[in-house]
Amino acid sequence: MKPAHFEYFRAATIGEAVDKLGGDPEARLLAGGQSLIPAMNFRVARPSQLIDINGLEELKPLVARLPENILEVGALVRHQQIATSPLVQRYLPFMATVALSIGHWAIRSRGSVGGSLCHADPAAEWPAFMVAAGAEMVVAGPQKYRRIPADTFCSGFMETALGPGEMLVKIEIPLAQGGWGFWEVARRPGDFALAGAVCRRHHSRTTVTWFGADLSGPGTVTVESEGGAGHGTHFWEDAASRVLAVDDDYMLQILGYCADQACRQAQSDEGRDYDNR
Amino acid sequence: MTTVDIAFLLNGRPVSLSVEPRLLLSDALRHHLGMTSTHVGCEQGVCGVCTILLDGAPARSCLMLAVMADGRSVTTAEGLSDPLAEQLRDSFQEHHALQCGFCTPAMLLTAHCLLSAHPEAGESQIREALSGNLCRCTGYQFIIDAVSSLTERGGEGDASHG
Ligand SMILES: Cc1cc2nc3c(=O)[nH]c(=O)nc-3n(C[C@H](O)[C@H](O)[C@H](O)COP(=O)(O)OP(=O)(O)OC[C@H]3O[C@@H](n4cnc5c(N)ncnc54)[C@H](O)[C@@H]3O)c2cc1C
Ligand code: FES
Ligand code: FES
Repeated sequence: MKPAHFEYFRAATIGEAVDKLGGDPEARLLAGGQSLIPAMNFRVARPSQLIDINGLEELKPLVARLPENILEVGALVRHQQIATSPLVQRYLPFMATVALSIGHWAIRSRGSVGGSLCHADPAAEWPAFMVAAGAEMVVAGPQKYRRIPADTFCSGFMETALGPGEMLVKIEIPLAQGGWGFWEVARRPGDFALAGAVCRRHHSRTTVTWFGADLSGPGTVTVESEGGAGHGTHFWEDAASRVLAVDDDYMLQILGYCADQACRQAQSDEGRDYDNR
Repeated sequence: MTTVDIAFLLNGRPVSLSVEPRLLLSDALRHHLGMTSTHVGCEQGVCGVCTILLDGAPARSCLMLAVMADGRSVTTAEGLSDPLAEQLRDSFQEHHALQCGFCTPAMLLTAHCLLSAHPEAGESQIREALSGNLCRCTGYQFIIDAVSSLTERGGEGDASHG
């Protein structure tokens, strides 16, 4: 028996989950368990209560709301669902690429998008992706729902903007135009990345969002320039050292390399994007 | 000690038991249900030897509480009994795809899950699917060979691996 004692509670509604969570500062929500249970196995985490949200259908939608140009992703949608969903392939295929870089198959089939965002590991892919996508988090609290933009959601090292008793319900991702690119460096496939970059390109605007590299959370830089994405590795290394306050040479090289690779991909993706229209 | 009553399908048969919420599914399978093909290595999701199929998809039983299996369907290597499973066992033997056998049940489950859904899988897809299962003995190539030989391509390689 590895985890320490806790009370187990299956939430039947979001309201019930939020009530329980608000009533006990040591209680934790249990989603896919792919971050929380390893921590409990080592007794690094010793929650007094686990509130199992796996039965909450309201947390499972994966739908395109086309009039608004929004992909709605429920907090409990699993990484592997994103990787294999025809809907994602149709409207935001880039998201499937990102999903496939998370852990291994068995991890992805349990781990949830919401769990990853709330766990807020600085080396995780989803927080950076959501910042790059300009997503909004829809959060349920003891009194009301509120919305939190992705770029303020991850507020520090494994910290989020969630207040006491608040839970993530869904994420709304705008289906915007432009190209996407993604690159990461990990020691072995399936490991957390040392560092990585998500790039978005639309006309003359290129935005790079980095993760990993001992950052406390996603870090972004936007560059306006005409012509190709060919800023090159050194350009992005400089940008990373200025904007992210990273001074380790090896990390800067990885950050520069990832950004450059991601930008090249985004450039050709943007080209493809326009061919299709 | 409070316990929770749970019931689920184990290798196609209904089982029910009363468990402490903190009991891991891996321990429930091994110690309460006799499914000792479920091995335990790292208990942090990395090594993959505890992999089971949950409603047909691979999952780490060391990262699940037994209570989370309630109402679901769990498959362990003991429950792999269809013709594909037989072919996999034979193929592992022919290709020397195991030495100590510690990783083998989880390899079989993962490979079975892949080939059931993708009989056309190429080598890169097989490598990706099995990348979450560590083996300390074989150096992996024989395992890849064993699985590849059962695909529609019959191990003739695929585009990404020449
Ligand atoms: C071997 C291994 C490799 C991995 N590799 C990667 C990787 O490469 N990249 C990566 O990003 N991740 C990786 N992960 C982590 C994985 O992505 C997890 O799925 C994810 O971090 C947590 O999601 P979960 O659903 O399992 O959440 P849980 O573990 O259940 O919960 C994590 C935390 O979030 C809280 N929480 C969960 N859902 C909500 C909610 N809706 N509202 C508020 N709080 C909530 C929980 O209370 C808990 O504190 C890996 C994990 C393992 C075991
Ligand atoms: S024991 Fe579960 S992954 Fe290692
Ligand atoms: S055969 Fe020994 S660990 Fe794989």
